[in-house]
Amino acid sequence: MNDTTIGSTQVKTGFAEMFKGGVIMDVVTPDQARIAQDAGATAVMALERVPADIRVQGGVARMSDPDMVQGIVEAVSIPVMAKCRIGHVVEAQILQALGVDFIDESEVLTPADEAFHIDKHAFTVPFVCGATEIGEALRRIGEGAAMIRTKGEAGTGNVVEAVRHARSVLGSIRALQAMRREELMTFAKQHGAPFDLVVYVHEHGRLPVVNFAAGGVATPADAALMMHLGLDGVFVGSGIFKAAAGITDPTERDRAFARRAEAIVKAVTHYDDPDELAAISRGLGEAMVGINIDDLAEDQLLATRGW
Amino acid sequence: MNDNSSVGSGDPGRVRDRAFVRIGVLALQGAFREHRAALERSGAVVVEVRRPEHLVGLEGLVIPGGESSTIVKLMRSYGLDSAITAFAAAGGAVWGTCAGAIVVATHIDAFPDQPRLGLIDVAVARNAYGRQVASFEAAVAVVGWDQPFRAVFIRAPRITSIGPGVEVLARHAGDPVAVTSGTITATVFHPELGGDDRWHAAFVQRCADVAQARGSVAPST
Repeated sequence: MNDTTIGSTQVKTGFAEMFKGGVIMDVVTPDQARIAQDAGATAVMALERVPADIRVQGGVARMSDPDMVQGIVEAVSIPVMAKCRIGHVVEAQILQALGVDFIDESEVLTPADEAFHIDKHAFTVPFVCGATEIGEALRRIGEGAAMIRTKGEAGTGNVVEAVRHARSVLGSIRALQAMRREELMTFAKQHGAPFDLVVYVHEHGRLPVVNFAAGGVATPADAALMMHLGLDGVFVGSGIFKAAAGITDPTERDRAFARRAEAIVKAVTHYDDPDELAAISRGLGEAMVGINIDDLAEDQLLATRGW
Repeated sequence: MNDNSSVGSGDPGRVRDRAFVRIGVLALQGAFREHRAALERSGAVVVEVRRPEHLVGLEGLVIPGGESSTIVKLMRSYGLDSAITAFAAAGGAVWGTCAGAIVVATHIDAFPDQPRLGLIDVAVARNAYGRQVASFEAAVAVVGWDQPFRAVFIRAPRITSIGPGVEVLARHAGDPVAVTSGTITATVFHPELGGDDRWHAAFVQRCADVAQARGSVAPST
């Protein structure tokens, strides 16, 4: 009766299952974290700068200041996630020591290693990683990721890349299901994917972990679109707290943030109810301005980071 | 594995009623698909509940794990809180797991203002076993079962006190982790994870009893 186990795959992937049908919101202050919690976020991602600001300000984007992460951990009762750089084992160790509930090994930050990701099996805390296609998703799961998200193109307010990545991963899952068994090894070879995980997807018709949308979601309709495509839930980065740019009064702006955050939460639950979505989408004011992906130079694309 | 598994009622002769049992799973947020699958494997007809009208014709309702503050907020904005309270008052069985156990409790330690349904006389403390790095799995002995259940505790609430008339079905390290009173059940772990469907089979049996008591299903004998 005393064989208690922490940090097992079941405990990590099971935790990720609890986020399904929910919205995880990027926040940079304890006040934003409380707005997110009150709006019904299932978790918050504690950051120093949202991706839209990382794009504008440039420089090296690193793990957030531990004091800042701690302030957000103390401000809310819902789970708190935080980002570390790709391959930065020590940032991940620090975040685990701080007691964050989930680590995002994220392409939004400047990569620390241009060849290798973190061995996520070695941690008690679960990890989420971005993926643009099935091989990348299964490599991350092979390294121990307990949750996958699309990369999208963070900080653009443009959902097109998230749609591309979702269609790629989910389309490959459908294709794998339809394959004959002898075709799986060549698929694994072509996609650089671990063979046992390819077999799992073939047999189950899904990834072995939950699969969320991220990168460019700015409106309730965007969030519902990602659910409609078949993803399990949504990360919203810059889409909430970069909206309402025209409102200067801080109280009014917080109200606009809260309305948009709450509307996105409801849109994910009622994604297949167009009448409800129409009601939810009204009275939200101005969304974030957004960037066309074609206007970004090659070196400004975040989704190409990760190996 | 599913036979002889019902809690407090082990008459396998009534198992055939399960085909008629309609159970809702609150599908606002969280692990509702896993509950749906486990209930279907246990023979129930399952309905996803997102609005009050979806409760009509159900014998039981599962409130799944997820984020309790999110689930309660969405419940209130669509009038499901009062609808579920009425559903339980009319004899419908309700089973809350993890976040769902918080939702059905009468008292939430340190969060006295968090909305809840108050269907079962227990006090719970949110995240009382610690943050995610302290989440764990452990075998727990269950009253009336031969084999222990491998329970997954994820940022689990702790049951800190129980009222009179609340029966403890399982304990871990001395704390109650599964309790029942009348037609209401609360488990602080996740019976839907891990593929052992004994809790779901027991709940389906309980809902079959509700159906029989209401006369909505003809007695099977």
